[in-house]
This record gives sequence, C-alpha cells and structure tokens, in this order.
Amino acid sequence: MKQKEGVIKPKTKRAKRFLDNRAPKLTENVKNAMIMKGGNTSMTVTQALKDIYALKKPSAVLYKKKNITRPFEDSSSLEFFSKKTDSSLFLFGSHNKKRPNNLIFGRLFDFHVLDMIELGIEKYNSLSAIKNSKCPEGTKPMLVFAGEAFDHDDDHKRLKSLLTDFFRGPVVPSVRLAGLEHVLHFTALEGKIYMRSYRSLLKKSGCRTPRIELEEIGPSFDFVLRRTHLASDDLYKTAHRQPKALKPKKKKNISHDTFGTKFGRLHMQKQDLAKLQTRKMKGLRKRRGPAAAAEGETSSKTAKVEVE
Amino acid sequence: MAACSIEDLLAKAEQDEAEKLKSITVQKELDLEFDIGNLVAYDKNRIDIRQFREQKKEDFLRSLARDNTQLLVNEIWKHPTERVEEVIVVKLPEPTTPLPREKPPPKPRPPTKWEEFAKLKGIQKKKKTNLVWDDVAKNELHRLRNIARAQKIKVPGVGLTPTAQQSKTDLARAVNVAKSSTASAGKFQDRLPKEKAPRNTGKKRKFQPVIGNFSNEKQRQLDLLKVLDSKKPRLDVNKAVNKQMREDDREESAAKFKKGGKKGRKGGNFSGKGKGGGGKGKGKGRAGGKGQGPPSGKKGAGKPGKR
Repeated sequence: MKQKEGVIKPKTKRAKRFLDNRAPKLTENVKNAMIMKGGNTSMTVTQALKDIYALKKPSAVLYKKKNITRPFEDSSSLEFFSKKTDSSLFLFGSHNKKRPNNLIFGRLFDFHVLDMIELGIEKYNSLSAIKNSKCPEGTKPMLVFAGEAFDHDDDHKRLKSLLTDFFRGPVVPSVRLAGLEHVLHFTALEGKIYMRSYRSLLKKSGCRTPRIELEEIGPSFDFVLRRTHLASDDLYKTAHRQPKALKPKKKKNISHDTFGTKFGRLHMQKQDLAKLQTRKMKGLRKRRGPAAAAEGETSSKTAKVEVE
Repeated sequence: MAACSIEDLLAKAEQDEAEKLKSITVQKELDLEFDIGNLVAYDKNRIDIRQFREQKKEDFLRSLARDNTQLLVNEIWKHPTERVEEVIVVKLPEPTTPLPREKPPPKPRPPTKWEEFAKLKGIQKKKKTNLVWDDVAKNELHRLRNIARAQKIKVPGVGLTPTAQQSKTDLARAVNVAKSSTASAGKFQDRLPKEKAPRNTGKKRKFQPVIGNFSNEKQRQLDLLKVLDSKKPRLDVNKAVNKQMREDDREESAAKFKKGGKKGRKGGNFSGKGKGGGGKGKGKGRAGGKGQGPPSGKKGAGKPGKR
C-alpha cells in the first residue's frame, strides 16, 4: 500500500491530504466496513448483506463480485482489501451445505485480523419485507444488549464489543434529541442471538422525558453462534493502547473522597500564633495594676451604695 | 390536625408525581449499565424463558426492547442540553466502553532537516506579535526609511510622510517642500491670500552686522592676515589625530574582515573580495590623500605619544 514516506511521495496537496487522512492519528476516523460475498451465496445472504450495508451506509463499501476465499483459513486477501479501502471492519457472507447462510463479522487492527465471529442466520426478515417508514440514512443508532450471556460468556462478550464497534457510527460530542430514532436490540437467549431493529417514537408523557413507543422497521435476524477466532490477549491489549496525548491531564493537588467532595491542599507560610488576629473580647483584656485597684474600689463603692 | 393534613398533602404530592412518571418508569430487578457516549445500554437481567415461549416471540422481544429503550432514553435525558440554531441538542459524555483502535498510535516523526539545523544553532521559533497601532507613527517612518535604504534613495524629513496627527509646523513644512518641488523651485507658485512666505528655509548662515563692533572687526581682519602670512598650515592637532586614528581602525577592521572572509569561504569569491577590497582601498587612499595632505607632513610631530 502506498506509504507517504515510502513507496510513493505525494506530488499534490490533495494527494498529501488523502494520505494524511489514512495515516495513524490521535483521534481516529469512523471505522469503515467492507461487505463482501464468498464463493457461493444464497438469496438470504445477499439480501442480508444489502440490508446491513443500508444500516451502515456512508461508512461501508459493498462489493458485488464473489471472492473465493475462506477467512478462517487464509485472511491475506481480506487484509489486502482493507488496505485498499482503509476499512477496519468486514462482513463476509457465504453459503454452503455445511454452514448455510453464514455471516462472518470481523475487525482488523493495523491491517491484520483481530477478531472474527461466525454467525449463522436461522430466520431473517429483510428491510423490504417489513413495510414501514424507515429511518433516514446515517442516524446514530441506540444499541441495547439484553441477556446474561453477554456478561458471562467470553465469546458473547467479544461479540458484544464487535457489534458495538460495527454499528455505533461516528463518535459525536452531542446528539439532536429529536433525532434519536433508531434502536438496535440484541438479545442473547438459549445460545441464540436475536437482532431486531426498531424505530422509536417519542410520545408526550407528563414530564420532560418522553415515553417511548417502538415500531419495527429494518432487518430482523435470528443468529446462532458458530466458530470464532478471537485475538490473543496481548494483541488485544496492544490494540487498546491509547496514545498518551489523549489521556486527560491530571491536576496535581486535587483529590476526591468517596462522597465526591473535592479536596485540595493550600500551602501557607509559617504563622506566628502569638500575633494571630482573633476576636476582641474586652473583658479578657489584661488590666494594669492601679487601674485594677481603682476598679476594685469603685466596685466596692458601688456595692456599698447598693446595700444602702 | 394540621400535622395530619400536612402528611396527607405530602402523600398526595408523591402520588401525583408517581402518576406523572408512570408512563416512563420501568421496573427491573437489576439496573442497566449505560455508556451514553456510545448510546449503548447493557441489560443483565435474567430473561424468563417460559414467558418467552408462551408469548409470541416478536411481542416479547418488542416489549423487552421498549422497556430497555425507555430506560436508556431516561438516562440520556438526564444529561445537559443546549440550544444550537433552533435545535435542542444533548451533550454526550465521553464513551466508556474500551474499543480497540483501528491503527496503532502515531509514531513521532523524525525531525526535518530544518528542525535539526535549528536545534543545532539554537534557533527558537518566535511568534510575531500583532502590531499595535502606533500614534507616534514611528512604524511608518521606519518602514519608509527601510524602503529608502533598500532602494538607496533619500528620505524626506518628518512632516512629509503622512502620520496620524500632524502639528502645524509639520504641515507648514510639508506645504513648503511641496511648493518648492517644481521645475523653477517654487518661484512662480501662487500663495493663498493670508499665507505667509516661509523664510526659515535654506542653510542657516549667520553674518556679522556690517557696522558694529569695530574692535572685533579689526581683530578678525588681523587674524586673517596672520593666517595668510604664516607658512604653517592651520592645523587642529586633536582633529587630525582623531581622524588618523579612525582611519587606522578602519584599515584594521577591513584587513581582519578580508582575512576572515578568506578563511571561511572556499576561495570562490576572491575576485569579488579583491574588487571590493581594492575599491575600498582606492577610495580610502584618495580620501586619505586629500584629507591628509597637510597633516601628512607633520606625521612625526603629530603623534609623538604613539611612538
């Protein structure tokens, strides 16, 4: 693949910008997905691939031709394609007698395969089969993962991470409240994974937060988990390593306790406690000798008067 | 009595609140975990398989989805919102689920040739500060001076370059200069009705009054004759000495520069240097000749201290 300082040096500014966009960065671009077909595909698989392409629309490429490769055995052609289109997610659909209606979800790190999970389609309803008005293309979907398996089983945990990566869309700092329309719901139950796609309608409730009503749109799948090829622990760790610049800078001297109270330390110079300014109490002031005697006399005088 | 009614009021208020929130509350055994940065919710509750089988699959899944989405939306609505161009937008926090990167983090680039050179020489990047508006118009004057120096032309004095606020004298001077800059040196330029003729121009040369101090005049005439008579040149010793020293210094520095130039360069510019040096020498020689005509004869007497 072209490298900026390697094989080809860019001669125009546009080419330089293009290569800089694809170069490793601190904050990365949205992950592109490549959707491709294997040696033999059935109608369900092709339709399923088209539907998922529609879900992932701007950041996905759909290849029309068949690729006679087997990702689980040889991933070199996948890596080559990913370099060409700068994609780090892939979806490979195939169909044979042993594994009918097969979808392989996968992701790459540094153009080498990181994880691959094979799912078989047992039941499938396409976008066109469900006749409802759809969500506009490119809306950021809300994702929900239900079921204990997603928490207990390692394969399911990886699958959860992979599906989040695949469907989450661009990472944005803010989202339009009225635009939270699309919901993808994954349920892990009895070894199967049910994927449903809904459109959420925000209805008036008594208070600020709206009531949600769901309307099914979009493809619905009943998956069954087949083979997996998960990355080794150290490769997984390397892939997660964030550059130091992205870490939030820690302010020294500030600490928080369990209740969330913020504590800080103030450094003061040494204080002379004798000269400390406190509240003035006239009665506690030191009095001089004769003045005290005079006071005593007067008080005695007054006492005398009172008695009288 | 009052206490009871207060309790009743509070209870009623709570009930009302509950009624209000009824439509959006969802009862779950375990609370969901949220990652609002990615708009994700994780529901770890056990799913009742029997219920799943009894009910129609789709309906069960849909009601489950509705409940979970409601909880997610409740959580999203808790975050601060702001209005951006007639649209209400919620500010999302940073995503919390760790997801693997696409490519490894960028490596620091090797320094470029200029960066290495700058480090070697100790050159630091200096940010040019914005120019502040200068009331005295120093900047304008300096700029024009630089231009003049670059193009080797003479700079007109203060008053002729337009500045922010010009005083009366400056303006008058400018007008005078402009008037006299004609082919006939301003002789035929009309003047405004009340304009005064400027009589401060020209070289300042003072003359003694014609009839005045007779003794002074006599003294001066006799001195003049004395000077004309004597064969000695009128020599200001100090002036001559200073001039000579200055010349010597100049020669020394020129010689040093020549030497340094020869060492540093690879001898490619000998001709240029030679020419420059020759030119300088010639000029100096000439000037030296002119200026040092009278004192040259008295060199020995003039600099006894040095020797």
